[in-house]
Formats: sequence, C-alpha cells, structure tokens
Amino acid sequence: MINIDSTVSQAPPKVEVSNLNFYYGDKQAIKNVNLVLPKNKITALIGPSGCGKTTLLRCFNRMHDLYDGNRYEGEIVLDGQVNILSRRIDPIEVRMRVGMVFQRPNPFPKSIFENVAYGLRVRGEKNKSFIADKVEEALKASALWDEVNDRLKDMAFTLSGGQQQRLCIARALATDPELILFDEPTSALDPIATRNIEDLMDGLKKQVTILIVTHSMQQAARLSDYTAFMYLGEMLECDRTEVIFKQAAQLRTRDYVSGQFG
Amino acid sequence: MATSLSPSSTPLSPIQLSVLQRKRSSNLFAVAGIFSIAIALMTLIALVLQLFIQGFPKLNWQFLTSFADPEASLAGVLAALVGSCLVMLVTAATAVPVGIGAGLYLEEYIARNKFSALIEINVTNLAGVPSIVYGLLALGLFKYYFNLGESILTAGLTLALLVLPVVIVATREAIRAIPSSLREAAYAMGASKSQMVFDHLLPYAFGNILTGVIIGLSRAIGETAPLVTIGALTFIAFLPDSPIQSGFPFISFEWLKAPFTVLPIQMFNWVSRPEPEFQVNAAAAGIVLLSLTLMMNSIAIYLRYRIQKNLKW
Repeated sequence: MINIDSTVSQAPPKVEVSNLNFYYGDKQAIKNVNLVLPKNKITALIGPSGCGKTTLLRCFNRMHDLYDGNRYEGEIVLDGQVNILSRRIDPIEVRMRVGMVFQRPNPFPKSIFENVAYGLRVRGEKNKSFIADKVEEALKASALWDEVNDRLKDMAFTLSGGQQQRLCIARALATDPELILFDEPTSALDPIATRNIEDLMDGLKKQVTILIVTHSMQQAARLSDYTAFMYLGEMLECDRTEVIFKQAAQLRTRDYVSGQFG
Repeated sequence: MATSLSPSSTPLSPIQLSVLQRKRSSNLFAVAGIFSIAIALMTLIALVLQLFIQGFPKLNWQFLTSFADPEASLAGVLAALVGSCLVMLVTAATAVPVGIGAGLYLEEYIARNKFSALIEINVTNLAGVPSIVYGLLALGLFKYYFNLGESILTAGLTLALLVLPVVIVATREAIRAIPSSLREAAYAMGASKSQMVFDHLLPYAFGNILTGVIIGLSRAIGETAPLVTIGALTFIAFLPDSPIQSGFPFISFEWLKAPFTVLPIQMFNWVSRPEPEFQVNAAAAGIVLLSLTLMMNSIAIYLRYRIQKNLKW
C-alpha cells in the first residue's frame, strides 16, 4: 500500500543519538531517546506541547550549556566520529558545525549584510571579497537575494517577518553548517511566508541535513522525509513520514496524527 | 432613543451608576496628579527664574574669563569652570570603564550564589551612601595613603567613587534589557562569550549606559561636600598646566597634580560672604553650572537618539 522509496531507506546517518537523557536541574525532560538523522534528509520532531521537542533540538547545538543546572547523559554522535555531548568538546566547536534557526525571527540589530556575515566574522575571516561572495551565496540559497541585493546596508528590522526569518536562515547557511536545527521556524509567520520557508527548506536538503521541530502536523507531512513522535520526554516512534502518518505502530502516535489529542 | 438614555429622563441603571462612580474616582486621581506635578514644576521654575533674575546681569565675558578676586565686580569663575571641567574629565575617564566592566561582570559572568547576591545588594546600596562619606574615604585613601595631594586627580577619583554605583546599575539594567533571543542567536552562530559581549551586548546597551553615565556625572558636577573634605581651595588665581604642550612630548599630565576649585565650591564661598555683590556673583556662577549640566544632558539625549534609532528588536 505504501510506496517505499529505496533511496530514503538507504540514506546514510549524519547524526546518531543514543540513550540520551537530559535534566533541567532535578527534572528529567528527555528520557532515554534514541534517534538517527539520515544525511541530507529532513527529520521532523512532532508531539504535544511540553513533550520535550524543543529541549531535544537544543541538545544538538549544546544550547542548554548557556544556563546553569542543565545536564546531559548519553551520546549524540556526528558522522560516526564525534560525540558532541562529550565534556572534551567545546560547545562553541559544536555550534560552528551545527546551525540553528529560532522560533521567532531574531536578526541582530545590524545591517542585512552584517547579519549574514556575522558567522564568518566570528571565525576570524578578514577577506572582504570572500565574505561578500559568501553573503551573496547564502542570500541566494535562502531566496532573499532578489529582494535585498540593492539594500544590503539597510537595518535587518526593516524587512518583513518572513524576510527576517529567511535572513536568519541565510545567516545560518553562510558558514556551511552540516546540520541545521529549525525550532518551529514558521510559527510566527503568515501562510504565504510559511510556504516560502517550506519551499526553501526542501531545496536546502541537497546541501545540509535538517532537523525541524513543528507543532503543525500538516507541515511535518508536507516537508519531512522522517518523522519522530515524542510524548512526555520519550521518543515513542520514529519512521519514514508516510509510515508515521498512515500506519504508525503505536496507538498514541495514531491518535496524535489523526488529531485525537494534542 | 437618545432621550431614553439621558440621565434627566430616566434613573441610572446599576451599570451606568457603577461606570459613573469609577469615572469620577479616575478624574479625582488625575486632578491630584496635576496638582503634584504643578508643585514640582513651580518649585523648579521659581528657582531657575530667581537665579536668572539675580545673576543674569552679571553674566558676561569678563565674568567667565576672570579669576576670583576680593573685589566682587572684578571676580570671575575661570578657575572654577576649568576646574569643574577637568575634574569631570578625570571622573568620567575612571568611572566609565570601571563601572561598565563591573556591571558587565555582575550581569554576565558572575556565578549565581549567595556571595554574588550579597555583592549585588551592596552595589545597589552604594548609590545611596551620602557623598560626605565618600569624601572621608577619599581623604584617607587618595590624599594620605596614595599621597595624591589636594589635586584634580584626587577630586576626580573621589567623584568617580560617587558615580561608580550609578554607572554599574545603569550598565546592568541596559544589558538586562537586551532580549535573550539575541544572546542565543549570537551563541548559535558559534560566538565565544567575549565576542557575544563586544559584538552585541555592549553596542546594543551603549545608549542606555550613556544615559546612566550622564545622570551620574550631572550629580557629581554639583557635589561640594566630598571635595571640601579632601581640601579644595576656594581662592585660586591661576590655571593648571595645559594638557597640550608646544614641545615634545606634546601631552602633559601635570594638570592632574594641580590644586583646584570647582563651581559649586566657588558658589558656596561667595554665598557665605556678607557683601550683596557677591550674592549676584553666586547666582551667575549657578547659571554657569546649570548650563554645563544642561549641555551634558543634551549631548546625551542626542547621542542616545542617534544610537537607539538603529536598534530594534
């Protein structure tokens, strides 16, 4: 009944999560999660509010290190080589390989150009023409170049909400990350801007692996190759998106994707 | 329809009565508010007017460019004006970097525990310490322990102590006002802590920090007590060495060691004399002091406007 796409099932893993636990102080928010993100695919994290989707996403670039009292257990291994949760790995190193786009567009109060160039500047890049080329490339990849190429010096907040979010995607792309995390990237946007971002992400997976948290099941169904369903901090099920939406193994997953609860 | 709603034709419904009563108490509060602000404004206007009426005739070029003199008509504020400016220069140059550094450390770097909470409470309390106490501290520390003498440097450092808590508190509040989403955005790009601080926090907070600095300096420029404590002179008939020299190395710091007087002390000296001519001089010096404060404030407002215009989140 379901057309199993052999290329999807054979995609090599980019990231492997094993036995991941995460604690906010004494409170355990992530419980023994195991997950594989296939390379150059979009994996969606779905589940009811408060189930730990965003908490899990923020483990992938060690965002939790910014606040006191947070603790990880288990492994997130990149390319089968580096456990990015290891104490020997600096979170800055992780964030240089893993980009992130936030729920609300959060461009810096700087010019459009400087927003995109910031990642390169952080890395100490001084070559002006290299930076200019990279900025143009990133803005083209995020489908923003045609709208802003004549006003790169304008402040980023002069852009519309959807444009700002695409600017944030360009900012993440400029440093060629291997994995980009999207935390409900369209929840603050109107349907047309949402559509633009989704089209954009679909094109991006040629060059980068994507993990997206979404509260919209339609978005997960439209966009993702794989879907993981989380409930109360646990990963109940992860499979190809069409399997999750059409014949999920677990009753709770079937109830959630069919809108019985949420 | 309209007639049925008018209060004269029908008694008020309970809802209308309730609205009427609550509107009445709102209006009462507004009147009380107007009265309060009138008291504050009238006092200020009366003070400034009195100062101007008394001192304005005396305000001329001769007054600004003459030294103190036993003859009231020949006396001027040159030494005090230059003294005030130089002391403020020292105060700003020390209080601003130290205050911003301390505020930044307290807000971004310090580990949150009981000890840091204790420091925070005390820094906030420092802003309320009477200025004469700072004068006593400076007398012991700068004048006797470090042997800096009754100099511009001592005065500047003393006032810097006074301004420091204001700058620290302003820095912390300015940094706290920056949304955490911008911090996270910077970190997510792979920025280190110092890159986040210098590329983002400080530039975004600068406008509000500046406001705090100016408020602090405006308070310091009118201070008399701590400077009297460390031994400011009241009669000076010479200027400190110029900071810019004609010969090598062109810049001199000799002025830091010079004795000094400042505008409020000069004013106090004149007010305490019996001759009415000196009262006029004191009022004129008051106008000069007021103008100096006003000038500082307007520069701050302009700079903040220029900076904030480009900040939005």
